[in-house]
Amino acid sequence: MRHIISLLMENEAGALSRVAGLFSARGYNIESLTVAPTEDSSLSRMTLVTRGSDNVIEQIKKQLNKLIDIVKLADISEGVHIERELMMVKVQAANAEQREELKRMADIFNGTVLDVTDKTYVIELTGSGDKLDAFLQTIDQSSILETVRSGATGIARGGKSLRV
Amino acid sequence: MKLGGGDILVQFLQDEGVEFVFGYPGGAALHIYDAIFRQEKVKHILARHEQGAVHAADGFARSTGKPGVALVTSGPGATNAVTGIATAYMDSIPLVVVTAQVASPLIGSDAFQEVDSVGITRPCVKHNFLVKDVKDLASTLRKAFYIATTGRPGPVVVDIPKDITDPAVKIPYSYPEDFSMRSYQPTVKGHPGQISKAVELILSAKRPMVYSGGGVVLSNAATEFTAFCRRLGFPVTNTLMGLGGFPATDPQFVGMLGMHGTYEANMAMHDCDVLLAIGARFDDRVTGDLKKFCPHAKIIHVDIDPASISKNVRIDVPIVGDIKQVVSDLTRELDAANKENDATALKKWWNQIGQWRGRDCLQYDRGSELIKPQYVVEKLYEVTGGDAFVTSDVGQHQMFTAQFYKFDKPRRWINSGGLGTMGFGLPAAIGVQLAHRDATVACVTGEASIQMCIQELSTARQLDLPLKIICLNNRYMGMVRQWQEFFYESRYSHSYLDALPDFVKLAESYGHVGVRIEKPEDVEGALKEAFAMKDSLVFMDFVTDQTENVYPMIAAGKGHHEMQERELA
Repeated sequence: MRHIISLLMENEAGALSRVAGLFSARGYNIESLTVAPTEDSSLSRMTLVTRGSDNVIEQIKKQLNKLIDIVKLADISEGVHIERELMMVKVQAANAEQREELKRMADIFNGTVLDVTDKTYVIELTGSGDKLDAFLQTIDQSSILETVRSGATGIARGGKSLRV
Repeated sequence: MKLGGGDILVQFLQDEGVEFVFGYPGGAALHIYDAIFRQEKVKHILARHEQGAVHAADGFARSTGKPGVALVTSGPGATNAVTGIATAYMDSIPLVVVTAQVASPLIGSDAFQEVDSVGITRPCVKHNFLVKDVKDLASTLRKAFYIATTGRPGPVVVDIPKDITDPAVKIPYSYPEDFSMRSYQPTVKGHPGQISKAVELILSAKRPMVYSGGGVVLSNAATEFTAFCRRLGFPVTNTLMGLGGFPATDPQFVGMLGMHGTYEANMAMHDCDVLLAIGARFDDRVTGDLKKFCPHAKIIHVDIDPASISKNVRIDVPIVGDIKQVVSDLTRELDAANKENDATALKKWWNQIGQWRGRDCLQYDRGSELIKPQYVVEKLYEVTGGDAFVTSDVGQHQMFTAQFYKFDKPRRWINSGGLGTMGFGLPAAIGVQLAHRDATVACVTGEASIQMCIQELSTARQLDLPLKIICLNNRYMGMVRQWQEFFYESRYSHSYLDALPDFVKLAESYGHVGVRIEKPEDVEGALKEAFAMKDSLVFMDFVTDQTENVYPMIAAGKGHHEMQERELA
């Protein structure tokens, strides 16, 4: 099963490598990992997407909790939650037909064209990973010049919050 | 008081009550070494290799329960220390290892003797720190000792760049009494609901079994644990790391379990209906094939580390907490329950165990004309009255010692269980003897293992430590040879040791006493004579049977009930 694990950790050099090292040392897989400081500058928040059996996920959570730098952990996929990923796609948009088609697709997916040149567009999209995949599959494959994705971030719905 | 970083470190160690620092100097550590020179309270023990220094600190820690402290220089000093650190990590031994680092401005420039010590040690420490500001030095050290010694203990590395220890940069110092760590709060007390459930299950058992490990020793719970087991009257087995946690001479003790455990311990594991696992971690050498592990048992697991629970084996009643505390709570709950186990069922169970015991699974050929390693350990046990501190290296001699030296007290059996580090025994014995100057300290080793840290004979000479080294010399890496005999059709690939040194002369060249023993009838006399030499290190080179194997044995993929036993003619 796919799990989204949110971590609050000490905003210290090396904290990220402890998490990454734990996953490689114990053979757990990381589908994606995002990390950034929070409004409390002493804390970073990490969102980690992983897959594994219930036993493996339980071990992952325990092993993460064991790291001294981890302050709090929540498996947000255990409850109702919102998941978002940001993607930017650079596409070839050299003729009127291509430009029109890509603009229309971007609109359908609630995307925004961030950059326009005479030959290219950069389209920004946010959504679940599935939605981003769907967009990439829908547009003309040969027009894709470059994609960049942030990896998933997420937050629990309702009153539950992950804070110190 | 205003001090430079090097003096802060040394003053802190004094304030922390550290008696010994085991180390080896080098460029990046020189400010610290100068601070050590200018005081007398903290004694520095100069090893001959950083691995030896860390193992010695480890031996000190295992035998006392206090944290061991090691100090090494940057680069090779740190990398040499890694084996020692990993050894301590696998066995949850509290150590604080200070690694000096190149000066801060040089970090990342591939400077002379620079290595990313924090990065290299990260997977084998409980935690590590890089000190970036001398103002953080004392508080970091305080945290390091706290982390190393609380919860599930383990080694903590503190990496200190040379400029941080500069005597010219003086700042105010006081011992940091107060500090907080919001992200580290180990659980000590077990959950009361779980304790009640455990007691209910314990009382319902018809074929109970207690399996305990190093946690009992680490939490200084042997007394409470022993009383608890005696009150219940259940059979008790110990892991390699748990030996001494329950007295081996107690009739309730069924021996060590696992790959080279006793037949009765392993059969009882297989057939039990309730398993009480205390401070043990279901290591692969203990469980055998997990699919065949304790097929009939409900399992209670007490451990301070939540990650140990249900890691390898699914647990029915987990209790996270300090063993000493939990065992006391279990005892109290048991008293309150005012109920006993089914006495008839328990009697039947003991009868069954008695039958298994009757197979005498540790028997060996006592009539041999060659020295049997088991015989040496048996005689060692007799000659030392069972009351020595015994360190070991890794291999057959380690298993023979675990099987034949009956440890009645905790912290007497000092060996590298988890990592299986050859070379551990001699330096560890140095740490043990320093902590217990008047005690008898024996190091049981093999001619292969001892050569991995043989240089520490020099340390022992410098310190006048009267260690007794029992080298079971079979001219093979015995355990490797055994596996090659069993599983590789006796193709002894690189397990034979040719060109061995003359250990007697070697010991003598270091200023010690060396003896070679070649006949079984000389074993006891040689041991007696050696142990009577209270002021000398005696290296006893026992020339043993080359073909001897460790039995019984659970081969890979087998369960506890599928042991291979010795066939005697």
